[in-house]
Amino acid sequence: MAKRNFQIYRGTKESGELAYYETDVSEGMVVLDVIHKIQAEQANDLALRWNCKAGKCGSCSVEINGKPKLSCMTRMNEYADDETITVTPMKTFPLIRDLVTDVSWNYEQNKKIKPVKLAKESKTAKGYVMYQKDVDRVQEFRKCIECYLCQNVCHVLRDHGQEENFVGPRFMIRVASLEMHPLDVEDRLPELKNEFGSGMCNITRCCTDVCPEHINITDNGIIPMKERVVDRFYDPVTIIGRKIFGPKKKKLPPIDLD
Amino acid sequence: MLDISEIRTVEHDVLVVGAGGAGLSAAIEASSHGLSTGIVMKSLLGKAHTVMAEGGMAAALANVDSRDHWKIHFRDTMRGGKFLNVWRMAELHSKLAPERVRLLEEWGAVFDRTKKGLINQRNFGGHRYPRLAHVGDRTGLEMIRTLQDHGIHQGIETYMECTALDLVKNEKGEVCGIVCMWRESGSFIIFKAKSIIFATGGGGKGWEVTSNSWEYTGDGYALAYEAGAELMDLEFNQFHPTGMIWPLSVKGILVTESVRGEGGILLNSEGTRFMFNYVPERFKDETADTEEEAARWLAGDPNARRPPELLTRDVVARAINEEVKAGRGSKHGGAYLNIATQRSAEDIKKKLPSMYHQFKVLAELDITKEPMEVGPTCHYFMGGIKVDANTTMSSVPGLFACGECAAGMHGANRLGGNSLSDLLVFGYLSGKNAAEYAAKKGSHDSLDEDQVRKIIRNATDILNRESGANPYLLHETLETNMQEHVGIIRSKENLEKGIDALEKMKADYQTVKAKGASQFNPGWHEALAMRNLLITAEAVARAALQREESRGAHTRSDFPGEQDEWLNYNIVSKKGADGNMSLSKTERLKPDPEMERIAKSTIEDLEKEIAQEQGKVGAE
Repeated sequence: MAKRNFQIYRGTKESGELAYYETDVSEGMVVLDVIHKIQAEQANDLALRWNCKAGKCGSCSVEINGKPKLSCMTRMNEYADDETITVTPMKTFPLIRDLVTDVSWNYEQNKKIKPVKLAKESKTAKGYVMYQKDVDRVQEFRKCIECYLCQNVCHVLRDHGQEENFVGPRFMIRVASLEMHPLDVEDRLPELKNEFGSGMCNITRCCTDVCPEHINITDNGIIPMKERVVDRFYDPVTIIGRKIFGPKKKKLPPIDLD
Repeated sequence: MLDISEIRTVEHDVLVVGAGGAGLSAAIEASSHGLSTGIVMKSLLGKAHTVMAEGGMAAALANVDSRDHWKIHFRDTMRGGKFLNVWRMAELHSKLAPERVRLLEEWGAVFDRTKKGLINQRNFGGHRYPRLAHVGDRTGLEMIRTLQDHGIHQGIETYMECTALDLVKNEKGEVCGIVCMWRESGSFIIFKAKSIIFATGGGGKGWEVTSNSWEYTGDGYALAYEAGAELMDLEFNQFHPTGMIWPLSVKGILVTESVRGEGGILLNSEGTRFMFNYVPERFKDETADTEEEAARWLAGDPNARRPPELLTRDVVARAINEEVKAGRGSKHGGAYLNIATQRSAEDIKKKLPSMYHQFKVLAELDITKEPMEVGPTCHYFMGGIKVDANTTMSSVPGLFACGECAAGMHGANRLGGNSLSDLLVFGYLSGKNAAEYAAKKGSHDSLDEDQVRKIIRNATDILNRESGANPYLLHETLETNMQEHVGIIRSKENLEKGIDALEKMKADYQTVKAKGASQFNPGWHEALAMRNLLITAEAVARAALQREESRGAHTRSDFPGEQDEWLNYNIVSKKGADGNMSLSKTERLKPDPEMERIAKSTIEDLEKEIAQEQGKVGAE
């Protein structure tokens, strides 16, 4: 057991301040454990979100010493023994109270995205046919736990307040997971360009850096989506090609069940 | 007097409480009947406990081993449940699971694939064939995200961070509404509904060592109980054999059974693979008896029998418990679970990525190089709200239940992987039946204001009291009590001590006090949940005391072994006329003879029969 110093934001968006707490920390504790301990012993009404405590649900996102992190996966021994640990709510979203923010905007973005639509030709009596190599990339994006740390750190949203014009990295890779689904036959590129603001991202990769699931958001998701938009709407060669040969059809994986 | 008309009231034909896999499945189905459907959840959408399910969903798709069939899945489920399962539920589950899993794929789930491009399936405890459709070890996340992303386009109204307080009934005793509280503002909201579906999960938060999150406070059990519904089989709560045990702060967090499904072995401090010493008579013929045979099975030999690490959860949890008691425990009092010696580092990272990550971060341990330390953790409730097998309606008209909060499907012990498929199958059936019930019901009842007022007063009293018991400390006392007196191994003496302690806690609860205001106040939320946990804990302890035998997850040191006589009964608890919990030994429904025949066939006969049906005779 060692005494550690914490400061935690307490208050609402109208008024609040960092409150100081001193508490005992034992081996193996993560930041969320310490916050819980403070909550139980010193601040019963300290508001925070959490669920699984194992990095799987993405509820406990906060900023720890200024860095966006999951508090359940941040070990106390990442910090020096005499370091004061400062925990503040995610800055990009409207504050509700203490460490809890209003993330409802994210749910509205998700609703704008057209759902999956699978090619009927790939359906058999034993289900759809697609191969592991076809789904590896999509599965990478589907690891997303919707912690919204990427949304929180994205300059376009955090510093420039462009939430009307850009859906943010989380939903760029959600679109990518659908567009790169080997059997999906829906087209989302027009809204990706116009409504979702794919051009707004300037590839600083801050989202990728904070992703607790280590999804390569920028390089594997956002950049390919930007390229598809450019091909479709700005590249004269492919535009003429499409006029002559018609829209490119998706090549479906072969079926061989015998 | 409190003016009810100032509180927002919303009407839905069908209202679902709980937004995990079962609740979302139910809401999607109810809404597809063209009815106004709402779904209330304590957390944000997509954060429910389902995300923590790792291994997979069991369905006899027969994609990996063509010998699999619903009959074998059914037989495995009944044997795993020690034949106490509601026969009809186990039948419906094994028959309907494959099409529900395929539907999930249609809605966008991207499962791991077989070489032929179909949904891949993995081995799991108690399942004869590779049967669990999965995505690495994050299958629950895939399920919830798929249902969420599909659900948001079905016109379902969502109410996030909203806690259900109590049900309202009409003069005929039918459910017609529910009062809830917004966690953010602390204000109330009243729902009128023609039918209500509970998909509220379990109550593991009553125990000190649990894999369950804060949400698992037995809300569905307690609300149904308060409304007069019957609860059943509460004595059967599953201790998952492999929870993390070190460091202390992560004690209880789940280590997926897939580690064993992928070949992981259990060792004691002497390096002995002890599970070979714990094979129950019923499973002897179907379990490997040497390490050599187990190794052949892992290498894919279809004639080799399964390793003993893949016995059912009740057996493995008790075995670890025994080893520790005999002084052969691991450094921190558990067993060693080793996958590092069984599979390549690359395989482990590919098949068990989140376990790799979890141990790396939380325990600073590399599972591709070192063994994990694991021990039993309170994980799942087989028991719950008693429902009709076909309609999923409880004993209170208009109240339906599905998923973990419903009783019957899993009997005395649940097989891994049968939970996710249960959510899909019974979520769907609940949604369908609740929708049909609501459609028949015409208009909404007007809600009895006295009932509503009483529910709100019960909640606000906790804030308004001058002083009283601290809800956090009360919760701690409960956890210690349940762990000590109502744990894996039970006895009359301990259970009685546990019940005495619960009586005292119930009295303390009458004066529970939360400090602070009503807005996002975790102390208040904790206090509200405590009522539900106490009811749940009492139902478990009293049922455990009454069942004088050991069966599945319920082990009595003073009554070892299964007693045939007890197989004829369920223990049903209900709120008595005097306000106290009353328990009864209730005779079970007789099985359909055909189902009984299938469950009790030898595996050889059953496989022969299936091969004949499919015209495969002589093909192998």
